[in-house]
Amino acid sequence: MTALCDLSLTALSRALARGEHESSAATEACLARAADTKGLGAYLLIDAEGARRQAAAADLRCRAGQRLGPLDGVPLALKDIFLTAGLKTTCGSRILEDFVAPYDATVVRRLKDAGAVVLGKLSMDEFAMGSSNEHCAFGPAKNPWDPTRVPGGSSGGSAVAVASGSAFAALGTDTGGSIRQPAALCGVVGLKPTYGRVSRYGVIAFASSLDQVGPITKDVSDCALLLETIAGHDPKDSTSAPVLAASATEGLEAGVKGLKLGVPKEYFVAGIDPEVRTAVERAIATYAGLGADIVEVSLPHTEYAIATYYLIATAEASSNLARYDGVRFGLRRDPGRGVRDMYLQTRARGFGPEVKRRIVLGTYVLSAGYYEAYYDRAQKVRTLIRRDFAAAFAKADLLVTPTSPTPAFRLGARLADPLQMYLADIFTVGCNLAGIPGLSLPCGFANDGMPIGLQLLGPAWSEATLTRAGRAYEREHDWSRRRPPLARP
Amino acid sequence: MSFEAVIGLEVHAQLLTRSKLFCGCATAFGASPNVHTCEVCLGMPGALPVLNREAVTLAVRAALALDCTVHERSQWARKNYFYPDLPKGYQISQFDRPLATHGHLDLEVEGSARTIDILRIHMEEDAGKNVHDDVLAGSRSYVDFNRGGVPLIEIVGAPQIRSGAEAAAYMRELRRTLRFLDVCDGNLEEGSLRCDANVSIRKVGATTLGTRTELKNINSFRFVAAAIDFEIHRQIAVVEAGDAVVQETRLWDAQAKVTRAMRSKEEAHDYRYFPDPDLPDLVLTAAAIHSARATLPELPAAKKERFVDALGLTAYDAALLTEEPELCRFFEAAVAGHKNAKGIANWILNELLREARGQPLAALKLTPESLAELVRLIDDGTISGKIAKDLFAELVTAGGAPAALVKERGLAQLVDTAGIEATVDAVLAANAGSVAAYRAGKTNILGFLVGQVMKASGGKANPKIVNEVLRRRLG
Amino acid sequence: MTTPKPPVQAEVLRIAALARLVLSDAEAEAMTPELAEILAHVAKLEEVDVTGVEATAHAVGFATPLRDDVSRPGLDLERALANAPERIGDGFGVPKILE
Ligand SMILES: [Zn+2]
Repeated sequence: MTALCDLSLTALSRALARGEHESSAATEACLARAADTKGLGAYLLIDAEGARRQAAAADLRCRAGQRLGPLDGVPLALKDIFLTAGLKTTCGSRILEDFVAPYDATVVRRLKDAGAVVLGKLSMDEFAMGSSNEHCAFGPAKNPWDPTRVPGGSSGGSAVAVASGSAFAALGTDTGGSIRQPAALCGVVGLKPTYGRVSRYGVIAFASSLDQVGPITKDVSDCALLLETIAGHDPKDSTSAPVLAASATEGLEAGVKGLKLGVPKEYFVAGIDPEVRTAVERAIATYAGLGADIVEVSLPHTEYAIATYYLIATAEASSNLARYDGVRFGLRRDPGRGVRDMYLQTRARGFGPEVKRRIVLGTYVLSAGYYEAYYDRAQKVRTLIRRDFAAAFAKADLLVTPTSPTPAFRLGARLADPLQMYLADIFTVGCNLAGIPGLSLPCGFANDGMPIGLQLLGPAWSEATLTRAGRAYEREHDWSRRRPPLARP
Repeated sequence: MSFEAVIGLEVHAQLLTRSKLFCGCATAFGASPNVHTCEVCLGMPGALPVLNREAVTLAVRAALALDCTVHERSQWARKNYFYPDLPKGYQISQFDRPLATHGHLDLEVEGSARTIDILRIHMEEDAGKNVHDDVLAGSRSYVDFNRGGVPLIEIVGAPQIRSGAEAAAYMRELRRTLRFLDVCDGNLEEGSLRCDANVSIRKVGATTLGTRTELKNINSFRFVAAAIDFEIHRQIAVVEAGDAVVQETRLWDAQAKVTRAMRSKEEAHDYRYFPDPDLPDLVLTAAAIHSARATLPELPAAKKERFVDALGLTAYDAALLTEEPELCRFFEAAVAGHKNAKGIANWILNELLREARGQPLAALKLTPESLAELVRLIDDGTISGKIAKDLFAELVTAGGAPAALVKERGLAQLVDTAGIEATVDAVLAANAGSVAAYRAGKTNILGFLVGQVMKASGGKANPKIVNEVLRRRLG
Repeated sequence: MTTPKPPVQAEVLRIAALARLVLSDAEAEAMTPELAEILAHVAKLEEVDVTGVEATAHAVGFATPLRDDVSRPGLDLERALANAPERIGDGFGVPKILE
C-alpha cells in the first residue's frame, strides 16, 4: 500500500480538494517519513510545530470551502538558502549557524500566500558551492537509492527529501546545475527556470548573474504546478523580468509531435558514462517515436563552459560573501586585536574549505592585474556561449542532453580533487551562463540501481515547452514513479 | 626653488531624495541609531537593490548643469573593501561607465575667471557611520547605518587647481550650483557635501606630477583653503628638507589646524571593481536627457548676469542675491509682484537680512508677496518710508497684508496740500522763535520744523510736500 | 594576452588576506596546487578569439528598473539588531576603530 507521503503533489492536491485527505495527515506522514529517513540527512531543520499549525489552518480553510489554490495544505520543504522569517537560515554554513531570518524571501512569501505548509529547511553544500552536498558544514546528505553515495548538490537535501517522500516537493537553487544534477542523481524532477523568471529576493546569493530558484518534484506535472506559484515579476529584484510567460500547466499533456529536438554533438563525447549515454540515447529514440524531429546541433564553445563558469561564479561569490564579517549577524570570532583580526578570524572559522577555495579564486581573478586575463575574458566567452545556444535554438525548439556525465558517485570519491568535481558540471553550466531554462527528469537506472537524468534545455521563457516535452516522455515510462528503498538509519 | 601645487578635488554630494538609493528607508538626518534601516541597507543575506528614480533625476540634473555629457547607458559596479560601516563588504558605485563625463565649472577667483574641468560624475551609495562614543561604547565602537545607502554623486574635478583659495572658490561655486538645482543642500558640517583633496607639489614648470596625498575630513567651509594651504606648505617643507612626500591619506585636524596621517594602517587598495550582477545597466533615452536639459533651472551665474543687465541691480547686490537660493527665490518672487527690483533688493539686503538674524527666511512671517506690496505702497506715495519701516518690522514678526493694514490703521500719507498747510501754519505759530532764527539766516533750522510738522501729522504727512509748504511760508 | 602564472603560496596568502581570510599553513599548502590546477584549466580560454566580443555582465537584456522615491518603514529596530553578535546601545558593536 502506498503511504500518503508517497503520493505526487498533484495527486495530494486533488485529494485535498475532494476532501479525501487532510493536510494535517499529509504533514504528519511527511514528518514521520523525515524521522524514518533521518540518516539521509535531508533536513537541517524541521519546524514540526509551525508545519502542524499551517496544516491545521489549511484544513479549516478547506472544510470551509475556502481553499486558496492547488498548493493549499501541501507540505513542502525549502533548501536552507531561502530566508524564512523567524526560522534559522544557515545556507549550510557555520557562519550563519545561528542566523534567524528577519524577513521572508519572495518565493517563501508566495508559497505561504498559496497556503503551502513549510516543513523545514533542507541540507545543501555550504553557500551552494558544490556538486555533492558533501560541503555542508553540518554533514553530508546521502542518496536514498544508496546511502553510500552522494545525492548531488548543491540542492542535495531538496532532492533527497523529495525522492524519499519527506516532502511533496522542495525548492532549490541552481547556479551551475545545483537543481538539475541532484534531481538526476536522486531520480526526481528538477527545473532551473529562465534567469529572471523567479525572484531571487531573500535567496542567499552565490553568483548573482547565474543563480535561479526552481522546483524539485516527484514528476513533471508537480514541477509545472509549483513553477506557476513561484514564478512572476518581483519589484524587489531588479533582475526579475517584467514578462508574462506562458503557463507551464496549460497544454502540459499536448505531446511533442512536430517538436524539433536538437542533440548537441559536443555533449556526447569522451567522459560520459556508457550507461548514461545509452539511457539518454534511448530517451531520444522515445521522443522520435512520439513524433518529435531529432536534429543534430552544435554548441562549439562547450569545452570552455566550465572555465568560464568557475571564473564568473567565484568572482561574484567572493564579493557576495564579503558581507559575512561578524558585524551585523552571524558568527563572530574576536581575538581582541582590532577589527581586521576580527574579520580574519571570523571568516577563517565560519567558512569551510570549499567556500574558502572559491573566495580566494574569485578574489584572485578580480584583483589588480588579473581582471582582464580572467574575469573580463570569461564574460566575453560567456557572450559566445550565449550565441551558441541562440544559434542552436534557431534549428531546434529544445535540446536533449544528459544532465550529469555519471550517476551518483561514492561519498568522498571526489573530495580530494576539486577540478574533477567541477568538470562534472559540464552539461549543466551552459544553461546558467546563457540564462535559459533547463529541466532534468529521470530516464532510467544504471545496472547498480542508480538513477540517470535526462536534461532538456530551451530558449528563454520556454518552460511551458520544456514541461510539455518532459511530461510526454514521463507518460511513456515509470521512471518517475519508482521510489527508492527506504534507507533507515 | 619655487614650487606650484596641483590639486584635484573629489566632491561627494548627498542627493535630496526622501528615500535611500536602493531601498525605501528614509534619508532623514539626525535620527537615533539604526532606525532608518532595512534588510537592504544592512546588507542582510538575500536582500537586493532597486534604484531610486529621483536620485537618477537629480544626478542627471547636476551633470547637465555642469555641462557634462550624460551617457545613455551607464553601469553599476561593486567597489570591494572591508570596513565595519560598509555593510555588504562592497559599495555599489559606478566605475568603467559612469553616468556623466567631460564637464566643467566656471568660477571667479579674486576677480579673474577660471574654468576647472569635471572629469566625471558618478552615482553611489553612502556608507554608515562608525561611532566612537566613550561613554556608551567604552573601548569599543559601534556602527549606525542610518546614513548607509543614502544616494551620493561623486564629482571628480581635474587636477587644475593651484591654491587653497582656488579650491575654496571651486567648492563655493559647486555648492551654490547644487543648491540652486535643488540637488543637494550643501551642508559640509552635516556631511551632505564632502570634499576630498588630492594634493601634490612640483617645481614650477615641471610637467610630471609629484607624489600626492589624499586629504580628508575637511568638514567645514572655513577649512577648505586652510587645510589645503597647510598641506601644500607641509609638502614643500618636506621636499626642501631633502625628504620625499609619502603617498598617504591625511586628515585635517581642525583643532590643531594641521593635517596628520591616518592612524589606521592602510594596505594598498585593490577594490576589485566589477559590474554589479544585481543591477542591470542604467539606461536613459536621448529624449529624456534632452528634456532634462530643457527643464534645467536658471543657474546662479546666469541669474546674476540677468539681475544686472535686465533688472538694473549693481553687480555687488546681484552677487549677494545669488549666493543663497532661498534669498534669491524670495527676491524673484517679490519682483514678480512689483517691478521695482532695485527697491526690493534694497529692502531684502538691508532690512530683511537684519531682521532675519540668521533664521531661514521661511521661518519669517513676511512673504515675498507682502514685501512687494509694501514697496509698491512706498513707490506710489501711499505711505512714507518711516511708516514702511515700522510696518516692515511688524510684518516680519506677525505677518499680514500691508495694504489692508495701512487702510485699517489710517497710515496713508497726507498728500492734500491744504491740510498740510494748516498743520504747517499751526507749527509755525507755535515756534515763533525758530521762524525768526530761520529768517535771520539760520536756514538749517528747517529740518527741526519739518520734524515738528511730521510729528504733528502723526508721521503721515508727505515729507516732500511738507518741505515745499514750509519753504513757501518762510520764504 | 597571455594568462598570468599561477600564484605561489605567498601570493595565495596575500589574496586570502585581501578577502579577509587567514589560512593555516596546511590550508595554504593544499590550496596553492589546487588553485594552480584550476587556473591551468582556466587558461584554455586563451584559445578563444574574443576580439570585438562584448562582455556579458548580466543575464537579462533589460534596463534596471526604477523605483518611486517613497520612504517606507524598514525593519523594526529590534529585528534589525536581533542577529547582532554585539550590541552597543542601538548600534552594532565592533572593536574600537582608529582613524
Ligand atoms: Zn534600507
